[in-house]
Amino acid sequence: MRTLFVCQGTGCVSSKSPEIQVALEKLIEEANLEDIKVKLTGCHGFCQQGPIIIIEPEGIFYGLVGVDDVAEIVESHLINGKQVERLFYKEPVTGKAIPKYEDIPFYSKQERIVLKNCGTINSEDIEDYIEVDGYKAMEKALEDMIPDEVIEEVKASGLRGRGGAGFPTGLKWQFCRDAKGDQKYLICNADEGDPGAFMDRSILEATPHSVIEGMVIAGYAFGATKGYIYVRAEYPLAIKRLKIAIDQARERGYLGENILDSGHDFDLILFEGAGAFVCGEETALMASIEGKRGMPRPRPPYPAVSGLFGKPTTINNVKSLSLISPIILKGAEWFASIGTEKSKGTAVFALTGNISNSGLIEVPMGTTLREIIYGIGGGILDGKQFKAVQSGGPSGGCLPASHLDTPVDYENMAAVGSIMGSGGMVVMDEDTCMVDVARYFLDFTQKESCGECGPCRLGTKQMLDILTDITEGKGKPTDIDLLLELSDAIKTGSLCALGQTAPNPVLTTIRYFREEYEAHIKEGRCPALVCKELIDYKIDAEKCVGCHLCFNNCPVDAITGDVRGPHVIEMEKCIKCGMCLEVCPENFSAVDKISKGIEQEAAQ
Amino acid sequence: MCEDRKLIDVFSNFKGEKGELIPVLQAVQDEFGYLPNDTMAKIAKFTGASESNVFGVASFYAQFRLTPTGKNKINVCRGTACHVRGAPQILEEVERHLGIKEGDSTPDLEYSLETVACIGCCALAPVITINDEVFGKLSLKDVAKVLPKMEAA
Repeated sequence: MRTLFVCQGTGCVSSKSPEIQVALEKLIEEANLEDIKVKLTGCHGFCQQGPIIIIEPEGIFYGLVGVDDVAEIVESHLINGKQVERLFYKEPVTGKAIPKYEDIPFYSKQERIVLKNCGTINSEDIEDYIEVDGYKAMEKALEDMIPDEVIEEVKASGLRGRGGAGFPTGLKWQFCRDAKGDQKYLICNADEGDPGAFMDRSILEATPHSVIEGMVIAGYAFGATKGYIYVRAEYPLAIKRLKIAIDQARERGYLGENILDSGHDFDLILFEGAGAFVCGEETALMASIEGKRGMPRPRPPYPAVSGLFGKPTTINNVKSLSLISPIILKGAEWFASIGTEKSKGTAVFALTGNISNSGLIEVPMGTTLREIIYGIGGGILDGKQFKAVQSGGPSGGCLPASHLDTPVDYENMAAVGSIMGSGGMVVMDEDTCMVDVARYFLDFTQKESCGECGPCRLGTKQMLDILTDITEGKGKPTDIDLLLELSDAIKTGSLCALGQTAPNPVLTTIRYFREEYEAHIKEGRCPALVCKELIDYKIDAEKCVGCHLCFNNCPVDAITGDVRGPHVIEMEKCIKCGMCLEVCPENFSAVDKISKGIEQEAAQ
Repeated sequence: MCEDRKLIDVFSNFKGEKGELIPVLQAVQDEFGYLPNDTMAKIAKFTGASESNVFGVASFYAQFRLTPTGKNKINVCRGTACHVRGAPQILEEVERHLGIKEGDSTPDLEYSLETVACIGCCALAPVITINDEVFGKLSLKDVAKVLPKMEAA
């Protein structure tokens, strides 16, 4: 019996993995191969190598598979028993082929709890989930434990909210259990809005039942009979798989009335968020479910006392809920043995940016940034230098190379000015301008500010304007101090986390990359050669062989020159789109980005 | 006037409660492609929310469109991973190619161009989507190659 797992997370689907599955099934049927199953799975994690096929029981990993490769996989591997070596993962430095996924450093250095079944079970089939001990924790909780025992177990595990703030999950449940109310609600916050983050979505796509199971247990623990999953409408695949999973769970009696004869009722409603970043904040999220604009309100009263429709409510992140079943099954002690003193268990990250191995990873709390970026992530793309790592999305910070040995947990990340966040981790190389990155995040938060608090609404706009000026070479010497002052005002004067954390990307870039701000302001120079107003493109007459490629591709006809003669860019016409640099063949590399004005200075 | 029949069909899937406002707006937009002006009052009446509240909610969330959009939807991802891998240049190239700016539609309503905060295929950065089909690892030159595909569509 052999199974071929075809990854169908959003990344692999984008690279045509559904077509691969169809082709596989067709050829296997035509060849009359018996005892071979093809299964779709959620994200297997190594998105950089997608589309991915895993063949079990051998544990073979085929990466970057194309539809054209399918015939060879069937013919060679399945029929003749000869593995297709050219599709193996190759170690970037040595070029050594690694056939099994468990031997690939990207996987072997991880510790997967939340992601354990991601990519190894059919995400649209409840039987597959049950086969890997799915819903066993629910049975255990509902049949053998009283609600208080469940809460105590979660408390003892040390689990803290994986949405980013890190509040102890068991304590949150306790507050809601102690609150008085005829109706209590549980909300799964799957409004994953950070750009560059796809952890929650991948989990919902890969193991939706793990979230549902966690929710049934949570509902039992503090007395909620109704749950909502608030998921972004921009996640169509996650929504589709959740709908399938909810229907299957209902059919089996895992959702609905009197689950497993325990007397516990629990049912779920899927709510599609309409696209507002601020709805990741719990009170805004609840307003949104109530049919209102997603605007936060002051706390107290906390949702545990007066939440959705005025009833006691608990809001948990997708990853927190996915961790409930393993904690109940394996025990609090086991979970608490992983991680650091105050941050228990594992952390899931979407590792992206200028990194060799983009993908979804899970590591014990306390793993250093260096181990994540170099050990698992394989280092920086194209042999470039590391510059910064950004975690926590628009609420987080950028850390420089000197902080690469920071252990990743709630306390240590906060101590260096960043945050754990929900799990976005974007790696930036030497070609990244940190002022531009700060501007990018402020542009985002300024657009997403709900407008309720003046300091956030107006302050982020002022900060964005100042940052835009700096990137355009119009910065003033007082700008850095002004940015710091504004940051302080926005942090203290905003009601919710969006405003309170919006200045973080600016604060950390000023703290660690102040000299870049100063180069922009004092010298009108962008050291990374990113800011358009501060750079020029130039063709090196000695290197240019006159191949005419830039001439042909320039969208504004700004390049002059004859075939086989050196070409020149007319600065007045140039819009700095970068096309000439991109198309100039690597063996000539005649086009350069230079700081604006350097030519004139040299001439003088 | 938008077709009343269609609107009644959409409403028939709901109970008409205030809390249903966002799902109702989503369903109406699914039907018409945007939220036509004259549906607002009817949605208000149906859900029991005030007209100003309906408009307030519709204009608050990024998902809702108050004007018709182009037949072909082009989305440029502006996620952080895409940003550091050249999304701003890609966006400019797409804008140049279509002759419209982000947020606009071509006058013939063939194409509309939007940006999205992150579609989560970060390993494929920079990414654009054309009618939900994803094109990743784009170079500036690729933009011209993938865009004309729409004309056949």
